Amino acid sequence: MGESPRQIVVLAAAFALMVALPAIASAMARPDFVTLGSQIAIMAIAVASLDLLMGRTGLPSFGHAAWLGLGGYTVGILAFHQADLPWFVTQAWFAWPMAILVPAALAAGIGALCLRTSGISFIMITLAFAQMFFFLFIALKAYGGDDGLSMRRRNALPGIAPRDDVAFYYVCLAALVLVLFLLRRIAASRFGAVLDGIRQNERRMMAIGLSPYPYKLAAFVMSAAIAGLAGALHVNLFRFASPDLLHWTMSGELMVMVVLGGLGSLWGAVFGAAAMVLLHSLLAQWTEHWQIVLGPILVAVVLLARRGLWGALGGPKGGQ
Amino acid sequence: MTLLLEQLLNGLQFGVMLFLMAAGLTLVFGIMGLINLAHGSLYMIGAYASAWATQQTGSFLVGLGAGLAAAAVLGMALEAAILRRLYARDHLDQVLATFGVILFSNEAVAMIFGRQPLMAGPPPWLSGSVEIVPGVPYPVYRLAIIATGLAVAGGLYLLIAHTRIGMLVRAGATHRELVGALGVRIGLLFTAVFGLGALLAGLAGALTGPLLAVQVGMGERILITTFVVIVIGGLGSVRGALAGALLVGMVDTLSRAYLPTTLRAVLPASDADALGAGLSSMAIFILMAVVLLWRPRGLFPAHG
Repeated sequence: MGESPRQIVVLAAAFALMVALPAIASAMARPDFVTLGSQIAIMAIAVASLDLLMGRTGLPSFGHAAWLGLGGYTVGILAFHQADLPWFVTQAWFAWPMAILVPAALAAGIGALCLRTSGISFIMITLAFAQMFFFLFIALKAYGGDDGLSMRRRNALPGIAPRDDVAFYYVCLAALVLVLFLLRRIAASRFGAVLDGIRQNERRMMAIGLSPYPYKLAAFVMSAAIAGLAGALHVNLFRFASPDLLHWTMSGELMVMVVLGGLGSLWGAVFGAAAMVLLHSLLAQWTEHWQIVLGPILVAVVLLARRGLWGALGGPKGGQ
Repeated sequence: MTLLLEQLLNGLQFGVMLFLMAAGLTLVFGIMGLINLAHGSLYMIGAYASAWATQQTGSFLVGLGAGLAAAAVLGMALEAAILRRLYARDHLDQVLATFGVILFSNEAVAMIFGRQPLMAGPPPWLSGSVEIVPGVPYPVYRLAIIATGLAVAGGLYLLIAHTRIGMLVRAGATHRELVGALGVRIGLLFTAVFGLGALLAGLAGALTGPLLAVQVGMGERILITTFVVIVIGGLGSVRGALAGALLVGMVDTLSRAYLPTTLRAVLPASDADALGAGLSSMAIFILMAVVLLWRPRGLFPAHG
């Protein structure tokens, strides 16, 4: 996946901007930029995880919000019960791996069922399972139901003050870099090559003696696990677990961000997430009816800009 | 026993309503290969246009006509402007573009009509209830919906199985390109089918309006249920849509009616109600998962 010179320049500039963001924000006296930056980093993790499924394996899941929500509610619920549980449940070193393991375990079961279908049925059955979790958390009045579950303070990280937004931003950025590094290693591995092959032609993969099902399931579980981390960070950022995280429009928006950035391009995930989060916040400042602008933009992106932002940067041949 | 009869009729009414939605969605999928999330928006437009026209003129029938016309006209305009370009694309593109259409149409309706729900009760000549069996009163309006829905189902069957247009529709569902090659003006056929689907969605919206609050977001709620229906029934199959709609209508209505009371036997009342509401919302999705696992292509797969 060699990048074009232009893409490398943009990537370096974007990374420098992300690193320098807190300094810029304090120079401009706009601390809200740091929150926006954290949101971009967190969404980029979620989008990158979905791209592993959609872009690499060719499995368009319409229920990715479920994993985000499950990861988020895992840390939220652990914090809610902290009085009755051992002290370490609110420590990041315990809560965040749990937020990865819980979605991964559920994804192993649900993925095993969903992957029996393909095409449009796969889109619909993943949507159905996500809706089940949405309605479940709406019904769980003990954990806030409709109103969501707030968290008194962020999960404790050694050496970091829980109220320090800048430090938390760097934590999110580090998590993003780690996830991108991991996904890039996966893409370059034999496993990644099999996923590519499954996307391009599943029947040929079977013909050369590989059974696609376990590979697809492994991709499904990894994708859910990474999304769980994004959910945990999201809930930590706002100290609030909302059922909106599980809503089907969240799944839709994640898909949009994957395509906006460029399907199958890992860096594109970051740009897609950044574009969407910035667009949201700009349009929402400008008008209450921001969706009336966002909707046509989505239609135009799908109809006209097939390769997404990252592909458009790559020149005539595209980024891949 | 009377409660059960009442709930069965409610389930039938909901199922019939779902069929009106599912028939259009599944025809469009079967013939054009398009998965149209904006189908729920057409339902919402039908409901708004009809509630608004009823309030303005005081006549339910004028409102109904306005709802049907608005949904059909806007539906065909949508097809010509955007959706036509998506037929050859993969499902992912279709989902995303029509997701954009939903965002746009929800916001447009909110700007025109405001966020307060519109209320429009059934017309005087359809309000009140009758005793279907001695001692069991049932609202006339709901009976009228059931009758309309069943009549539409019958009409669709005649249209598809016994007319020339229906023959083209069936042929188009199996071999789209071949029908075009035989000299049928396929673009016109597609617009007509899409218009028919939009009309049925508008009808569903206009008829449901007096039962529920007409509000932004009503389209998505029924859309997702409709998807469950057509996936259970088998994508592209109108027969499957009918079976799926009645099954989903019954399961949803009966689980909402009986799950909370059943749970009260084992749980405290407030917990039982909340959990029951959650579980009954999940019931149709569980049904869909079970059906898909048993028959990955639905109950009545359209293409052999």
